[in-house]
Amino acid sequence: MGDQLPAIIVLAPMFGAMFVALLGNRDHRVCFPIVFASLLISLCASIAAAQQVYTTGAIDYFMAGWEEPIGIGIHLRIDALNALLLVLISVVVVLVSFFSIRRAGEQHTEKTPQFYVLYLLLCVGLLGISITGDAFNLFVLVEVSSLTSYGLVAMGSSRRGTHAALNYLLMGTVGASFYLVGVGYLYLMTGTLNMQDIHAILQANDAVSGSTAVIIAFLFILLGIWIKMAFFPLHGWLPNAYSYCPSTSACILAPLMTKVSVYVMIRVMIGIFGVEWVFVHLGWSHLVVWLAVIAILAGSMLALAQREIKKMLCYLIVVEVGYMVGGAWLSDPDHWGLTGSLYHILADAMMTLCLFLAAGIFAKRLGAVEIKDLEGLFKKMPLTSIAFVIAALGMIGVPPTAGFYSKFYLIRGAIEGAHWEYVAALLISSLVNAVLFFRIFEIAFFGNKPAEGHGHDDHHEDESETQQGQVGDSTLLGREPAWSALFPLLTSAAIIILLGLFNGPIVELIRESLENLPSIVATQAD
Amino acid sequence: MENSVTSFLPVLACLASLLAVPLILIFRKEPVLREASTFLAGFAKFGFVVAMVPVILSGKVIEYTFIEGIAGISVPIKFRVDGLGMTFALVASSLWIVTSLYAIGYMRGLKEHSQTRFFSFFALSLSATLGVAFSGNLLTLYLFYELLSLSTWPLVTHHQDKEARGGGRTYLSHLLGTSVAFGIPAIIYTYVKSGGDLSFAGEAMLADSEMSYLQGVVLLLAFAFGFSKAGLMPFHSWLPGAMVAPTPVSALLHAVAVVKVGVFCVIRVITGVFGTGLLEKLGANLVLCWVAAFTVITSSLIAMSQDNLKRRLAFSTIGQLSYIVLGVALLAPYAVQGSMMHIAMHAFGKITLFFCAGAIFVATGKKYISQLDGLGKVMPWTMGAFAIGALSVTGLPPTGGLLSKIYMIRGAADAQQYALLAVYLISSVLNGVYFFPIVYRAFFKSPATGTLTTGIKEAPLACVLPLTVTAVASVLLFFFPGLLFDLTSLMLPGK
Repeated sequence: MGDQLPAIIVLAPMFGAMFVALLGNRDHRVCFPIVFASLLISLCASIAAAQQVYTTGAIDYFMAGWEEPIGIGIHLRIDALNALLLVLISVVVVLVSFFSIRRAGEQHTEKTPQFYVLYLLLCVGLLGISITGDAFNLFVLVEVSSLTSYGLVAMGSSRRGTHAALNYLLMGTVGASFYLVGVGYLYLMTGTLNMQDIHAILQANDAVSGSTAVIIAFLFILLGIWIKMAFFPLHGWLPNAYSYCPSTSACILAPLMTKVSVYVMIRVMIGIFGVEWVFVHLGWSHLVVWLAVIAILAGSMLALAQREIKKMLCYLIVVEVGYMVGGAWLSDPDHWGLTGSLYHILADAMMTLCLFLAAGIFAKRLGAVEIKDLEGLFKKMPLTSIAFVIAALGMIGVPPTAGFYSKFYLIRGAIEGAHWEYVAALLISSLVNAVLFFRIFEIAFFGNKPAEGHGHDDHHEDESETQQGQVGDSTLLGREPAWSALFPLLTSAAIIILLGLFNGPIVELIRESLENLPSIVATQAD
Repeated sequence: MENSVTSFLPVLACLASLLAVPLILIFRKEPVLREASTFLAGFAKFGFVVAMVPVILSGKVIEYTFIEGIAGISVPIKFRVDGLGMTFALVASSLWIVTSLYAIGYMRGLKEHSQTRFFSFFALSLSATLGVAFSGNLLTLYLFYELLSLSTWPLVTHHQDKEARGGGRTYLSHLLGTSVAFGIPAIIYTYVKSGGDLSFAGEAMLADSEMSYLQGVVLLLAFAFGFSKAGLMPFHSWLPGAMVAPTPVSALLHAVAVVKVGVFCVIRVITGVFGTGLLEKLGANLVLCWVAAFTVITSSLIAMSQDNLKRRLAFSTIGQLSYIVLGVALLAPYAVQGSMMHIAMHAFGKITLFFCAGAIFVATGKKYISQLDGLGKVMPWTMGAFAIGALSVTGLPPTGGLLSKIYMIRGAADAQQYALLAVYLISSVLNGVYFFPIVYRAFFKSPATGTLTTGIKEAPLACVLPLTVTAVASVLLFFFPGLLFDLTSLMLPGK
């Protein structure tokens, strides 16, 4: 059983999807148990696999025993780089599945099974992208996750959602095609699709790795991934797609899609082309860091201009993608930038999850779409507010949240790599985030038009206000949502803090993988 | 190497007020029990702090690592109690008890709304304050520093009106803005430069590192402005803005806890991050000296022109904070010790003054100095305490303020900075100029015709008692400064 872990991680949700499709239409009530069980299996398997990776090293798994490079086999690989990511993805999808309980039932009853099928297939795609060791399979899985996410975005009742999905589909297809073209070039040059084989050939053969074709391949792959992760200015599809889709879809897509794409970029940089080749041979690092700086600043400005909560959060995703791309390309000697990026994938996924869950709850319980609708939030739903505040503080970068530590490592990398423009961009974006979120806190605390005059010389007496205070106090939990929505929200908020407090061990694991780069790119001696 | 003891006491002292928060929330409908839990936490906290005094006086430090760090990768979250932290913790935890009593009198006297929220965040901010006092490294310090900024925001904006919103905006934009813009890069730069050392234990972090004059000045100023709770100009305007808060908040937080956290951090930076040796070699400290000196004089001049009593006190606080910064930036042992002592001396004096301002407001509804004529006759206790507080902040006998000021002046003489010595003297005169007319008005001027003083009597006992206690404490500190002196001496190994 233990040897089959990589297969179980991916196959559990895939079989789950089949069962939901078969049985779900007869009785909608069987959907959730199947979904939950299959995701839980994935979660347990990925935790077990992660443990195995950290005790005995990387796991290589050849589906059905077909070892590459003989044919196009399916090579799954769990190593220090993606073990944490697998755990993250399975945690997020399990949490969001709770959130789906109510909403899926209410919003599209007759579509419930379809929704869950797409949901599970999206999980297959995301887990598969993270686990695969093959450049072409990666393309297939990217398409699996993209096609399902187009469906999830379009599922909402609003027409704008459908438009957004179409736009997303067009852009996503362009991105995937770019990636495929890049892989095609690589296949022409090296004759293999396995990441490790490509890397070995590029390492061994200077003529190949120095050729323009390989550079073009890298460029296409990079552009393709950048479209997928909404790296400014290729972000156009994201804000509408994530803000006009059903809340549950947003909660699964927003934290994971972009972050997994960032992982793919880092995997391609380290695992296929090699850090040496990317940083030293290409020498694009300054250019990309500047692009990231522009992405961060532009995203921040666009976020400032938004009035809708979800739109604002969407532009924050664009900003955070800038953080991670910039961090990955800092090319500082000790790879602190890469460390920060990899850590930020975890931190940002959790923060985005928490914020989108909260936004979903606001929309549902308060009908709040725009920021100004959040009046009196702290009194109405104190627990939800606490979680929202924690995630917001994470975005601003207040210790001990995970957001602070990712900034700490990113800035450390930037200082050691002498990228001061990136330091400045990170700080400016922190300040902008502070403005963004305290604008919300103010409205939540004061209301849109603060009362005039209280606390003035002559007129303090506020019996009415005291009364009001008591009324608000008397129901401590106010209008909190059901536990199925609160549980994932509060859990994600707790993880944001725990991830921060225990950043040491996590970063140590990331460092180990970066210090032993050869073990990332070479198969275990078999 | 100093010997250290591992003990859970600092954590307990920090947690005492944090654990009061759920109690306060549970008893939100029983004001008596709610306030009782505040007092319980207050005494428990003070007890934990006092329990550590003998260990500290014996020359040891108390340490407790909350979360272990990993060398070269992460920084631990660690508590460490030494003489300076002890001094500050004693001041903050003892004054919290007094302020709680005062707050009850004030909030009930004015029938304020949302008192549960008020007392909850008050307790939370005290936890953050002790966290700063006991932090064992720069990162832990920063963690609690930010927690303090955030937990005091609902207190500053308590009234939830337009003015409070403006004050709250200034408050957070200054405190959070500077700490993110200057504080974080300074801390991470120090981390990189010192090779991963952020601990206050042992030698100063940057003591052995190579640094140019410019680097030193920029880093020092980044820290000094980054910890803008110290109120150095031009990042001082959050403090007058914060005066929209209810007076107990202004008294404990904006005369003692929050602002002293600012100067505390600056002292830590100078002694723990740079080390006096490195700064002396670079000469970078003089830049900070002059920024502080400018703040001292300018804020005193502005204070003279304020008619709103609390605003005048706020500008006076800005000046006094810069005394402390100036003292420690002089690097002379006497000045450093004097400025550490001034944290306590000024705390007792200034909290008395704020208590008086609040008591006047509760009793009469007046908040402008020009309205105070003849008030001494109807509120003798309050105005008497005000006079003592004014003596202490100006630095006149028989109050504690004199002692710390003498130390700082002697330090300035030792450092041969006669111009800065003159700053101390001139500003003392200015302090007198802006405080004593108030005392004169209250006791020797007859009320202006047309204003009714009939019907005005002393503020409630819960307001008068605390201000009497702190005024007496200011006088006692003059006669019995021994403990304070011993604790601060521990921080000067060279002397």
